[in-house]
Amino acid sequence: MSERISAAVVEKVARLARLALTPEEIERTTAQLSGMLEHFADIDALQLDDVAPMAQPYPLENVFRDDVVAQGLDRDEVLAAAPAAEHGRFRVPPIIGLDL
Amino acid sequence: MAGAIEIAAGVRDGSLKAADVVEQHLTRIAAREPEIHAFNLVMSDEARARSDAIDAMVAAGDDPGPLAGVPIALKDNMCTHGVPTTCSSKILAGWKPPYDATVVTKLAAAGAVIIGKTNLDEFAMGSSTENSAFGPTRNPHDTSRVPGGSSGGSAAAVSAGFASVGLGSDTGGSIRQPAALCGVVGVKPTYGYVSRYGLVAFASSLDQIGPLTTSVKDAALLLDVIGGHDPMDSTSIPLAHPSLVDVLDQGVEGMRVGRITDLPEGADLDVMERTEQAFDAMRAAGATIVDVEVPAFTFGLTAYYLIAPAEASSNLARYDGVRYGLRVEAPDTNAMYGLTRAAGFGDEVKRRIMLGTYALSAGYYDAYYGKALKVRRLIHDEFERAYQHADVLLTPASPSVAFPFGAKGDNPLAMYLCDVYTIPANLSGHPGMSVPFGTGADDLPVGVQVLAGTLCEPQMFRAAAALERAVSAKVQP
Amino acid sequence: MSALDGLPGDWQLVVGLEVHVELATATKLFSASPNRFGDEPNTNIDPVTLGLPGALPVLNRHAVELAMRIGLALNCSIQQCTFHRKNYFYPDMPKGYQISQYDQPLNVDGLLALPDGTCIGIERAHLEEDTGKSTHSGGAGGRIHGSDYSLIDFNRAGVPLVEIVSRPDIRTAEQARQYVTELRGVLLAVEASDAKMEEGSMRVDANVSVHKPGTPFGTRCEIKNVNSVRSIGRAIEYEARRQIDLLGSGDQVRQETRHWNETDGRTHTLRTKEDADDYRYFLEPDLVPVDPSQEWISAVRSALPMLPAARRARLADATGVAADSEAAMVVVDRGQDEYVLEVGAAGGDVSRALVHVKEAWADSPSVPATDLAKLTTLEVSGKLTATQAKIVVAELIANGGGDAEAIAAAKGFEAMAADTLGPLVDQVIAENAGAWAKFCAGEGKAMGALVGAVMKLSQGKADGKAVTALLDARRAQA
Ligand SMILES: [Mg+2]
Ligand SMILES: [Zn+2]
Repeated sequence: MSERISAAVVEKVARLARLALTPEEIERTTAQLSGMLEHFADIDALQLDDVAPMAQPYPLENVFRDDVVAQGLDRDEVLAAAPAAEHGRFRVPPIIGLDL
Repeated sequence: MAGAIEIAAGVRDGSLKAADVVEQHLTRIAAREPEIHAFNLVMSDEARARSDAIDAMVAAGDDPGPLAGVPIALKDNMCTHGVPTTCSSKILAGWKPPYDATVVTKLAAAGAVIIGKTNLDEFAMGSSTENSAFGPTRNPHDTSRVPGGSSGGSAAAVSAGFASVGLGSDTGGSIRQPAALCGVVGVKPTYGYVSRYGLVAFASSLDQIGPLTTSVKDAALLLDVIGGHDPMDSTSIPLAHPSLVDVLDQGVEGMRVGRITDLPEGADLDVMERTEQAFDAMRAAGATIVDVEVPAFTFGLTAYYLIAPAEASSNLARYDGVRYGLRVEAPDTNAMYGLTRAAGFGDEVKRRIMLGTYALSAGYYDAYYGKALKVRRLIHDEFERAYQHADVLLTPASPSVAFPFGAKGDNPLAMYLCDVYTIPANLSGHPGMSVPFGTGADDLPVGVQVLAGTLCEPQMFRAAAALERAVSAKVQP
Repeated sequence: MSALDGLPGDWQLVVGLEVHVELATATKLFSASPNRFGDEPNTNIDPVTLGLPGALPVLNRHAVELAMRIGLALNCSIQQCTFHRKNYFYPDMPKGYQISQYDQPLNVDGLLALPDGTCIGIERAHLEEDTGKSTHSGGAGGRIHGSDYSLIDFNRAGVPLVEIVSRPDIRTAEQARQYVTELRGVLLAVEASDAKMEEGSMRVDANVSVHKPGTPFGTRCEIKNVNSVRSIGRAIEYEARRQIDLLGSGDQVRQETRHWNETDGRTHTLRTKEDADDYRYFLEPDLVPVDPSQEWISAVRSALPMLPAARRARLADATGVAADSEAAMVVVDRGQDEYVLEVGAAGGDVSRALVHVKEAWADSPSVPATDLAKLTTLEVSGKLTATQAKIVVAELIANGGGDAEAIAAAKGFEAMAADTLGPLVDQVIAENAGAWAKFCAGEGKAMGALVGAVMKLSQGKADGKAVTALLDARRAQA
């Protein structure tokens, strides 16, 4: 499991995470992730087959809200904080090269 | 320096003016903040206006509440309506939330005075506050050393008397470790005890807000105010919490204090000595010491550094340059994403996003994230068993006293090891707190960590109060 | 119709449908902003909707209940369920992930019976949040490619959706149309959604593949943007032929997502699975599991209204028409079946009522059931001809009801009694010797001519059945 992670995988992960990393950053990250994964291999020895995963610390169930409208946010206040807006909408560059 | 309890009492009975209290703290800030850099933003004007309003209430015969006139420092990852909330990140620089976090609303209702927003490791990722995009915070006990992190700003602010009390957030030790390094009390409550609504998420299943104070009593007072069920947070525990202020004097007669026999090595000798003396102090106060085993304790670090980055990689996906925060313009949206996030996030944040994205990605999920969730269960169950034999557990809060800037160099793992004793409580959801217990190397503060079972804050605070009494009986740290 | 309908050779079409429906809640799935179509852009927003830092989702109980209604109406079992994060970047997706259900959906293992009796399996019907809307400006007018920039409206972001995933049980384009029409009827009946395809509150994606019977299923393509029942059929037929042509010419079908273009009537590659999605699903840590109690489930079940299929069957029993006859389909779809049965209860004739209701009203009938009942009685007792009855119904509608008998009388419509009719029949026989001879020789066509002549002579007052009876009697005597 703790095989050294390849630069190719790191590049793919950077694409998934939408981080435009420089070649130097890819190189450094590859080395650092490898070191960490090496260290994280300590749990490989554990016998975990009959252990249930734990995603949340405190067991709760059926937490709901009622279907009642509440005061929302002011559009002008929100759009004022946006990098770009137009006609009451958020403006972004052309959407291409995206997994839809 | 008067504690929050004394300030609130004085302001409520009119013997103390909230305005004077605020001025005293602003004066201390003016004197030492340039050197300490605890704050991303000092809210002098807001604080003055607020304290005047509180004095007016008192004059009008109204009760401002249990924190009347108490100046509080807020970690800069809690949303304040109209006041910049940056998480010490370039990607959120200047962002003004259009809403208040639940804790902020509760503080206002209790009469507290927010005096500023404090520095942190970017998005709370770090243990030294060196990872702030706006420069590090210095430890008031020795400005050549770090205050710990990620709540280093709040810890330093309280330690330096810039604020009477502070709030931090603790995902893997981010309240308890800086509290230890700055010689203040720091509490990570049971997961779900305090609402996370309006706390900018790092790792949702681990994050908890908690107090940083100069005394156990002030921590109890503050937690009594901010704790409790919040319908805006689905993971908030729907129970009424007993007042912690009321249990502090009950003592520890007959309390079972657990010593973890298989605790991971690595703590410095001075820290271990203090921890030993903490057990002695508890015994002297009437508690009995019992041995417990938590074999999986040592695997907490690995589980944490797979789970926390995985959640973070998803929580930080919203910083995409579309709705708020930084944008680096580009010919198309996909390019804009990559450039914006590369420019807006610091190295440690990028590193954790990468690690977390990898741990969740196809083909690696089972080997990393999936396995980490099982280790998390293992740790939780072992602690549950331990708490059948012990009411509280004592460990060091940090393996060492405050370390010099740059001491961990460019080695992430060395920095991660700072949290080896605090991380398990975040994974299991159990409460933990750090109490100042004398000094270690170079007369720097040492913190002892008190751990307790789910919603066993009362026992935890009683134990902490006993340690505090034992310290003040000896020489002041 | 044959399963191979329309496909060349022995190619077999295999279709599974993914239908997204917006739930008819007052607020969003995880926050209290209004769930309302057509408002000013970005006016139904809150910290959760915009994915602001620190915002947390809280589940809308009513959305869960509407999803349960859908599940129960589709014969699904309702189970303990969880929410996951589906991580991907798109500007109309505020958080960088969609909160959806993954390996533990609310509703599983159901089925939907088509009017012709075919059962289509339902794999799952799960809850998830909708995205915002992007409009593409400049460049090649409104299309993604070549646009200069895009504008985002988050009013729709966070609107509750139920995604209904069928099993690949659909074998013809016609079945696909029937499935969507029937499903829409069910959604409207249980009032879970307004299911308007044109407004996007019901959206259909089709997974299409072809194979030869007895061989494994072929590679499937997912067809998106099918925005009307009509285009569902067209898109599936086009795509099936495209795949058959590829395979016929020795090529492979590439697994990909394709976009249906209404104007050129073709599907176009949207993205290939080579840039494979890696959604990094994991349990949403900000939400807790949902485990509906048996009490809740049975309460929802017992509150369910009668579904279209059952109502068609009931109407068929009462009127004798086939359950999947056009009349039954149309009248139930318009929600007029209750009324037809009321006419019967008021002593009227349901089969005649069915005909009149279907012909006369596009929506709910505007005449008291008792009045229509009266009319149908006159009709079946031979006092009114079908033609006259139609005219009376028009009059009833004009007056918003009334006494059919009086209207008929006012119009001078009392159908002729046999004694007055006899002489007319004899006159016609006399004047049409040729036709009469053929009729006696047993030529069916001749009968029509004779009846027509009698009608003409009576100015339409004669009752067709009575005339035929008399003619038969005369022939018997001849
Ligand atoms: Mg789908
Ligand atoms: Zn979907």
